[in-house]
Amino acid sequence: MAFMGDMISPSPLWQNGPSPGAFYNFPGNSNHGPLSHINQDFRAHSAAPITTTTTVIGIKFDKGCVIAADTLGSYGSLARFRDCPRVLKVNDLILLGSGGDYADYQYLRDIIEQKIIDEQCIGDGLQLKPKSLHCWLTRVLYNKRSKMDPLWSNYVVAGIQDGEPFLGAVDKLGTAYEDAAIATGMGAYMATPLLRDVLDKGPLNEESAKALARKCMEVLYYRDARSFPRYQLGVVTAAGVTVEEPTEIGQNWTLAHMIHMK
Amino acid sequence: MLSVNSNFPEYAVPGAKQVRFEPYADNGGSVVAIAGEDYAVIGADTRLSTGFSIYTREQKKLFKLSERTVLGATGCWCDTLTLTRLLQARMQMYEHEHNKAMTTPAVAQMLSTMLYYKRFFPYYVSNILAGLDADGKGCIYSYDPIGHCERSTYRAGGSAGAQLQPLLDNQIGLKNMQNVTEAPVPKEKALALLKDVFISAAERDIYTGDCIYIIIITANGIQEEKFELRKD
Repeated sequence: MAFMGDMISPSPLWQNGPSPGAFYNFPGNSNHGPLSHINQDFRAHSAAPITTTTTVIGIKFDKGCVIAADTLGSYGSLARFRDCPRVLKVNDLILLGSGGDYADYQYLRDIIEQKIIDEQCIGDGLQLKPKSLHCWLTRVLYNKRSKMDPLWSNYVVAGIQDGEPFLGAVDKLGTAYEDAAIATGMGAYMATPLLRDVLDKGPLNEESAKALARKCMEVLYYRDARSFPRYQLGVVTAAGVTVEEPTEIGQNWTLAHMIHMK
Repeated sequence: MLSVNSNFPEYAVPGAKQVRFEPYADNGGSVVAIAGEDYAVIGADTRLSTGFSIYTREQKKLFKLSERTVLGATGCWCDTLTLTRLLQARMQMYEHEHNKAMTTPAVAQMLSTMLYYKRFFPYYVSNILAGLDADGKGCIYSYDPIGHCERSTYRAGGSAGAQLQPLLDNQIGLKNMQNVTEAPVPKEKALALLKDVFISAAERDIYTGDCIYIIIITANGIQEEKFELRKD
């Protein structure tokens, strides 16, 4: 909203001059840092993702859900951190996947893990359910975005809610929805069509859902420049939550010579 | 907002460009509501999208607030979720305090106030409220994002609102026609028109499609209906 920006920081009185109501300092001669100079976008540091992760995929099948995500933490275009696990077992009912800023995910993960510990300490045997976590994430992310200080990440919540599979997504604004197939980031463009294509043909079982997730991770690895051949797959069913150790994508580049970029 | 670059052009370098955080998203969707003598119908599509991608094809955008009031909301979906949740809480508080359910005009006024409360950081939502008033007559209230409220008998809103309203003006309001006599719209005609209007919207508006949910509000209660649209 352009008009809000104008209200918060009016334009300077003259070229390179102070803005109304602000002190003037010469650049490089300021003891007070850039903040005292002009009302610049002082929160800009938190309004951009730094170490980012790419797609996370979620698929619902007849008795549960799978989530898949690779383990790369990118620093811009640099493939900087190669072991950033982001498929999380929250409790026996919930599996959580995340994409976007990795630090923001780690921050929220710590809070969620503490929530689970607090809950276990009550000792009434009740467990957080996926819909509750999904709704909670909606509120946390929406409140942050309303402060113009967003947590720059997407979340896919999978789980078992009263015996039924649940799969939902929340983005950095707090936009929340449920669907049988969810893919965030680049996967929204490349994996969603593959997922919907298969799901339109009928419900999946655990094995076919896992195979589909693996296929999507492979396709994404070939085309998404921020992806990685090492990924994790998590499954949630009524039997509980399992997160596999990272597995490698079997690469095959024999076709590469046939692709001419002219 | 001002940045180092605009104040010190000599230091500006071409290179990494910072994208400013945008707290709003346009998630599309359309709502149409028609009120008659003793009923109100409201329909909304189920496509939730952003830009050129579809989040889901089955997102209900109608909120049953009470036995005789239904809200249709489209626009920024995260604001819709927040607004409707707050609205439901406020209606429950009213019920506990006054020991009766809120009437549709009362909900309409409260919604207007709640929207204007956020005047300088608005809920980016296009709301249409349909229901029966205290006399049992059908009524429609439509809003802008900052709380302007107007009562009418038919209204289209959301991403295809501007395309659909003229069609409703002609077919229900009988505008730009000669030698016509005004007559109350029967429920069956309203329902048929609602479906036709959404079929047209799905042809032209990429943010409208997949499916519509229609809610019919009469003195006997609420009835729900589903109708398929094109899914491309």
